[in-house]
Amino acid sequence: MSTTQEATATSLLRFATAGSVDDGKSTLVGRLLHDSKSVLADQLEAVEHASRRRGQEAPDLALLTDGLRAEREQGITIDVAYRYFATARRRFILADTPGHVQYTRNMVTGASTAELAVVLVDARNGVVEQTRRHAAVAALLRVPHVVLAVNKMDLVDYAEPVFAAIAEEFTAYAASLGVKDVVAVPISALAGDNVVEPSAHMDWYGGPTLLEHLETVPVGTDPSVEPVRFPVQYVIRPQSEEFHDYRGYAGQLASGVLRVGDAVTVLPSGHTSTVAAIDALGVPTEIAWAPQSVTVRLADDIDISRGDLIAAGTLPVPTKDVRATVCHLNERPLHVGAKVLLKHTTRTVRALVKEISYRIDIDTLERRSGAEGLNVNDIGHVVLRTAEPLALDDYTDNRRTGSFVLIDPSDGTTLTAGMAGEAFDTVSTTDASQEEDWV
Amino acid sequence: MTVTTQRLFRAEDTPFALSHLDALEAESVHIFREVAGEFERPVILFSGGKDSIVMLHLALKAFAPAPVPFALLHVDTGHNFPEVLAYRDRAVAKHNLRLHVAAVQDYIDRGVLRERPDGLRNPLQTVPLLDGIESNKFDAVFGGGRRDEEKARAKERVFSLRDEFGAWDPRRQRPELWSLYNGRHAVGEHVRVFPLSNWTELDVWQYIERENIELPEIYYAHEREVFRRDGMWLTAGEWGGPKENEPVETRLVRYRTVGDMSCTGAVDSDADTIEAVITEIAASRLTERGATRADDKMSEAAMEDRKREGYF
Repeated sequence: MSTTQEATATSLLRFATAGSVDDGKSTLVGRLLHDSKSVLADQLEAVEHASRRRGQEAPDLALLTDGLRAEREQGITIDVAYRYFATARRRFILADTPGHVQYTRNMVTGASTAELAVVLVDARNGVVEQTRRHAAVAALLRVPHVVLAVNKMDLVDYAEPVFAAIAEEFTAYAASLGVKDVVAVPISALAGDNVVEPSAHMDWYGGPTLLEHLETVPVGTDPSVEPVRFPVQYVIRPQSEEFHDYRGYAGQLASGVLRVGDAVTVLPSGHTSTVAAIDALGVPTEIAWAPQSVTVRLADDIDISRGDLIAAGTLPVPTKDVRATVCHLNERPLHVGAKVLLKHTTRTVRALVKEISYRIDIDTLERRSGAEGLNVNDIGHVVLRTAEPLALDDYTDNRRTGSFVLIDPSDGTTLTAGMAGEAFDTVSTTDASQEEDWV
Repeated sequence: MTVTTQRLFRAEDTPFALSHLDALEAESVHIFREVAGEFERPVILFSGGKDSIVMLHLALKAFAPAPVPFALLHVDTGHNFPEVLAYRDRAVAKHNLRLHVAAVQDYIDRGVLRERPDGLRNPLQTVPLLDGIESNKFDAVFGGGRRDEEKARAKERVFSLRDEFGAWDPRRQRPELWSLYNGRHAVGEHVRVFPLSNWTELDVWQYIERENIELPEIYYAHEREVFRRDGMWLTAGEWGGPKENEPVETRLVRYRTVGDMSCTGAVDSDADTIEAVITEIAASRLTERGATRADDKMSEAAMEDRKREGYF
């Protein structure tokens, strides 16, 4: 029994699943929760009860991830659901994204915080349009690891050639998008093969089960080789007798390692100083690294407030002209000329949509120029002009300081997700002006 | 272009490893500071339960050495565990906090709310809660809700917009990407903020152990006069129980959650230390709400309905 082990400290992996109900995604997620013993008796009892009511003999594990009543009534999935489970080795946060309605928006949301994406395919169908789309979103969001779970192997007689052909096709496609790490696992979520327990039907497969891979894949990046990025969230000034002159900059390190004595630059002002002290939530420390939340004190008395960036190493050049790949999230289209708010790290500024350079067909990866607007779920490239300079990194280099959202100033709606720089290499450009399927 | 694979590494093997508790703590502190930076009048919902105690602990750390820049709001059902009220008052005094109390009993006395036939007071908390938020013009309200608690909560945002009626519309929720939280709201609207969104019950207990956080005594095994109702051990007391056919007995119990006395059940337990509690939780086959909350058993969608109306 591993309860004592489960109660010890472990690392944390955030991952996302993509696939439709037809691929067996709900069953897979249910299986992961159930076989890792994260489903508790009262939840299982509720599922057994519901399964019996529907005339099913075995508990339908897909019901474990059943959503809100509003969704059941309308037969839709509103958006990303977060699931939590743990094994002796690791704690997991799973962003479970629905496959069909609003697929792109939801997967972009789920993938934005994920370090690994599980793309599910049906072994009988192989790589289909939707699979390519899921791979493209994972690549676009720079999810470091992708797992292809080839499901329903039981329905193709656990045949190796079927798996090998799908794995080869997918790996080649993902690599062409810039995905660096792809692992393919043949599974049956329904029968439990290679999800948590190794399969008794696929001797030819020598790799890890899906859960073993999730437990051992490297988490995070190495902060020691990254430049320091510390967006200031809040200025702490106790103004008490004991801490009369205390002025600390509170924030979470977005990347890098910061040490007392380090030379730093404050952006966008460009002022320089050195780190006088670091307080790790009330305790002085000599060193801090991403993604720790700390408070930094500087040697010089310079004007710093929320929205400034304390940085070291290669510095981003503050700019008012932002070129970015975006995914539009709202039913209201995004048009050239729109005045919006742009939220980047802890800084919110006014911005103007100057140009929609092209739209990307997520299925074919073709660039289509001539688009006047972006509809919900559209991915495209835009040029923005901001009212104040932003210290943006390229999203390829830094997911946290390279990302932003656009907000409607009239009602606060989150409109668009943005990633500074170019997306993956897209295939070709066609003139879209003859097409009719967008605004 | 950066070659990402070469930078990837096994976090466990480097000096820069963060445990899951460190990662969760860093995220929660980030959330508290975002609210302090963007809102005018934030408040922490404080019940004296373990989740709200952990929230307060994180807030104290987030702004140290300065005081917490938020007030506390307690929605008082009137059926409180005395140990929990005493804890609340000690915490307020120790950290020099401002406490607002919205009392269900006041609303019953004034005839605004009527006692339910079943005596449950948790469902009556919504009106005093929303009044308390409105009259004090709180624009950000920290709640201790966790997504692992219940399936209506699994889709909750960290920043959750509520309209001028305090209502939650799951379809109007904003997509939440990276760690960019959108707190824009109109006058009269407010945002519920859940800094413990990504924590599980076990994480909370492990953190309480690591940080050596004091809890009300009733979270640990103790002898108590209880009676059986709806499959749960309820505390005998002036709030309305037990009825004639409900015999009272003394048992060794503890509470896994702390809420209104009328609907929060104790569990049989001899776990009288934090280590014993963690072992018990890790081995438990029931969720904390399934084991101890009568109000959540009301219907399959009980929590969803209450959330829509403006509940915690």
